[in-house]
Amino acid sequence: MAFFLETLLGGLMAGMLYSLVALGFVLIFKASGVFNFAQGAMVLFAALAMARFAEWIPHWTGIDNPMLANVVAFVLAGVVMFLVAWLIERLVLRHLVNQEGTTLLMATLGITYFLEGLGQTIFGSDIYKIDIGMPKEPIFMLESLFPGGVLVNKEDVIAAAIAATLVTLLSVFFQKTSTGRALRAVADDHQAAQSIGIPLNRIWVIVWCVAGVVALVAGMIWGSKLGVQFSLATVALRALPVVILGGLTSVPGAIIGGLIIGVGEKLSEVYLGPFVGGGIEIWFAYVLALVFLLFRPQGLFGEKIIDRV
Amino acid sequence: MFYRENGQFKTTYRADQQIFPITQDRIAIALILAVAFLAVPMLASDYLFRAILIPFLIFSLAAIGVNILVGYCGQISLGSGAFMAVGAYGAYNFFVRIPGMPLIPSLILGGLCATFFGILFGLPSLRVKGLYLAVATLAAQFFADWMFLRIKWFTNDSPSGSVSVSNLQVFGLEVETPLSKYFLCLGILVVIGLLAKNLVRGAIGREWMAIRDMDVAAAVIGIRPMYAKLSAFAVSSFIIGVAGALWGFVYLGAWEPAAFSVDQSFRLLFMVIIGGMGSIMGSFFGAAFIVVLPIALNQALPLLGSLFGLEISTAGISHAELIIFGALIVWFLIVEPHGLAKLWSIGKQKLRLWPFPH
Amino acid sequence: MSQKQIGDVILDVNNISLRFGGVNALTDISFNVKEHEIRAIIGPNGAGKSSMLNCINGVYTPQDGSITFRGKTFSHMNSRQVAEMGVARTFQNLALFKGMSVIDNIMTGRNLKIKSNMFLQALRIGPAEKEETRHREYVEHIIDFLEIQAFRKTPVGQLPYGLQKRVDLGRALAMEPQVLLLDEPMAGMNVEEKQDMCRFVLDVNDEFGSTIVLIEHDMGVVMDISDRVVVLDYGKKIGDGTPEEVRSNEDVISAYLGTSH
Repeated sequence: MAFFLETLLGGLMAGMLYSLVALGFVLIFKASGVFNFAQGAMVLFAALAMARFAEWIPHWTGIDNPMLANVVAFVLAGVVMFLVAWLIERLVLRHLVNQEGTTLLMATLGITYFLEGLGQTIFGSDIYKIDIGMPKEPIFMLESLFPGGVLVNKEDVIAAAIAATLVTLLSVFFQKTSTGRALRAVADDHQAAQSIGIPLNRIWVIVWCVAGVVALVAGMIWGSKLGVQFSLATVALRALPVVILGGLTSVPGAIIGGLIIGVGEKLSEVYLGPFVGGGIEIWFAYVLALVFLLFRPQGLFGEKIIDRV
Repeated sequence: MFYRENGQFKTTYRADQQIFPITQDRIAIALILAVAFLAVPMLASDYLFRAILIPFLIFSLAAIGVNILVGYCGQISLGSGAFMAVGAYGAYNFFVRIPGMPLIPSLILGGLCATFFGILFGLPSLRVKGLYLAVATLAAQFFADWMFLRIKWFTNDSPSGSVSVSNLQVFGLEVETPLSKYFLCLGILVVIGLLAKNLVRGAIGREWMAIRDMDVAAAVIGIRPMYAKLSAFAVSSFIIGVAGALWGFVYLGAWEPAAFSVDQSFRLLFMVIIGGMGSIMGSFFGAAFIVVLPIALNQALPLLGSLFGLEISTAGISHAELIIFGALIVWFLIVEPHGLAKLWSIGKQKLRLWPFPH
Repeated sequence: MSQKQIGDVILDVNNISLRFGGVNALTDISFNVKEHEIRAIIGPNGAGKSSMLNCINGVYTPQDGSITFRGKTFSHMNSRQVAEMGVARTFQNLALFKGMSVIDNIMTGRNLKIKSNMFLQALRIGPAEKEETRHREYVEHIIDFLEIQAFRKTPVGQLPYGLQKRVDLGRALAMEPQVLLLDEPMAGMNVEEKQDMCRFVLDVNDEFGSTIVLIEHDMGVVMDISDRVVVLDYGKKIGDGTPEEVRSNEDVISAYLGTSH
């Protein structure tokens, strides 16, 4: 039983990380109808930036305190992501405004490759560390209920807390602020939003900036846990089923979808895997998404997709 | 001046419907075939065969398959690598398990395995499209990755999922040298290419394009979306499966599942985007581009770098490849969504007028 | 004007009701269409005219009512079945296949008549080639009729709007329809183009013998060429009869001119 709980918790934590990436997908899709395949590359780019800046800042500015260096690195990386967002809007999105979804999807594929190459050229392609002082030792909980206790990673708990805060902030942003309202209007209908004076281009820059910050936070957490390396970019592919499950237009969907996938992957690997040869993690999420696509394409919380004649 | 159609009047519909209605085009294609079958074998080095020509032929074939699905029928697919894998492992199993199984039937049977796989994973296209369909095809990709890694039967119980083939023969002739491999691939490409061209200019091709352009209107005309989409998946995966089998048998000789990973899927999609969606000729352009680019970069970048006093490592070159690919994809999508094939036909239009300005 | 034989009822719409969520697009609509006639459906914008055609075509499924075609009654129509039964249509917003040429677009209309399977088509010899040529001849006949010979190889997306409308009509004609549903075929045209289109519609009715159901806003055209008229407003039928009868109908007049409700 303790083992089951551990697996469950491990799955929840992994799921939280997926959710962070999925959040980026949902944000951009909600606001512009574009599915940003490049979110994974953005996570990598942001993580690389932060890792390297944290290394270089002591040389540049003589700041010794590692915590301070990290904060400065975070801010700098954020600025870099804003720049990336602005460039993407300017050079790519603006020119593809009325194209159909598949074209935009493929354009973001192109951006993915571009960012992967550029990031590694600028920042290097070794494995880097992000050390933001996350506690690495595990703790044992619930020792009174289960002998030996249940193993939980403190790092994961803090990551989950950060993710939860981020989600709350974003939800408030979308629901309560006027910019958030404008974003929702744009997601609904570009032309209608334009006709009431919402500046489309600026909105898109804002959205991609927010997605960039989300990518940075995700990159920071993943990077702290696993180290910053190229495989981080494939994280987008892992998180894609999450938005299918949760619904492309739903922020809570991204969270819940991520948790379900995280738990599902771990549980299926442990309990189903041995019967079929193991290693089913690589397709479990996708096949689950496939099942959803056949019966409920809009996911758990998404809006129904209507095809107009 | 040279490229005028003046005086070339067609007197039958059949003449008007041919693949190359303009005489100059017919001459050009005859020349190209002559070069391919006669000149190249005499002049090309082993390296040229191995590094450029054979991959070009095999990828052209695969790109034709992908183009039929994505370019003509408008169904986005990120799972082409899986279809190649099924073709390769399918052909492998027939070749190795049935004693005396000749090569070409094995390749065809491998293609048929890919067809079944393609139809199965094409079923979601009846419910969803766009990004959602892309996710379904990714499911095919990852499932195939796992299948060939973990289910021992497919790989003849090899521990790591890697298999190899040897002793390839066609009608008693050994297929060992680069030259013989080249001819095998060229022959298969020409045959399947011709069949594919006939399909896309016939009724089924029009059905595919109708589904791509507006599937509701297509239904009203009486086109069954299910038949059109699944037939596109079937034909496409057959061709991609044969290409995958060729890739494994002829080019690699020995392979493991990673040879057909999701990167391969992306690469095929890029070939089709850059080469030109909805164009058989575009598939050739795209394949040539993607095959030649890394090699060209490998030679050119260090040279460029030394001009500026920079040393560019192999890692640097592969990063540059990513940057250039990405930038090109975006550039083509913005500037010329119909790819190199469209640029080519615009060039031909200008050639018709040459040397006159208008 | 040649003498036309108007036959019996070929299409019967019985108590059709169509709802989208809370919106009643059509409420209890009934009318019939006689063979060889030109039947116009008119009404203000949003009256439900296109929705009516969509129901006949199988694009929408009505919640209530049925449609009888040549004696067979259906509670909902399946697009392919409808096409096979000989009903073709054009679209208000031009549902042309933008990526294909004019010839290819019209050839898609022949799709139901093409019998050779995929394998024969791949080989393109013998029966497949002959069949393709035969259908090409028929399509050329239509192209001559619509006077668009010069544009046959042009991608449809590059043609001006008026010509695109003709291609839309051509594609519908390629199906050799018994009933032709035309959804605002003259929308967006100037006077000359409208005259051309009227001529085509009348010729189709005359030469090809098709029954025509026509949605149109231009009253002059409607009064001129139609045999009978149905008037819809807010999803309900408010008039049914010859053009003269409908023109003097009180409800129709107030629907168009507007009265205080």
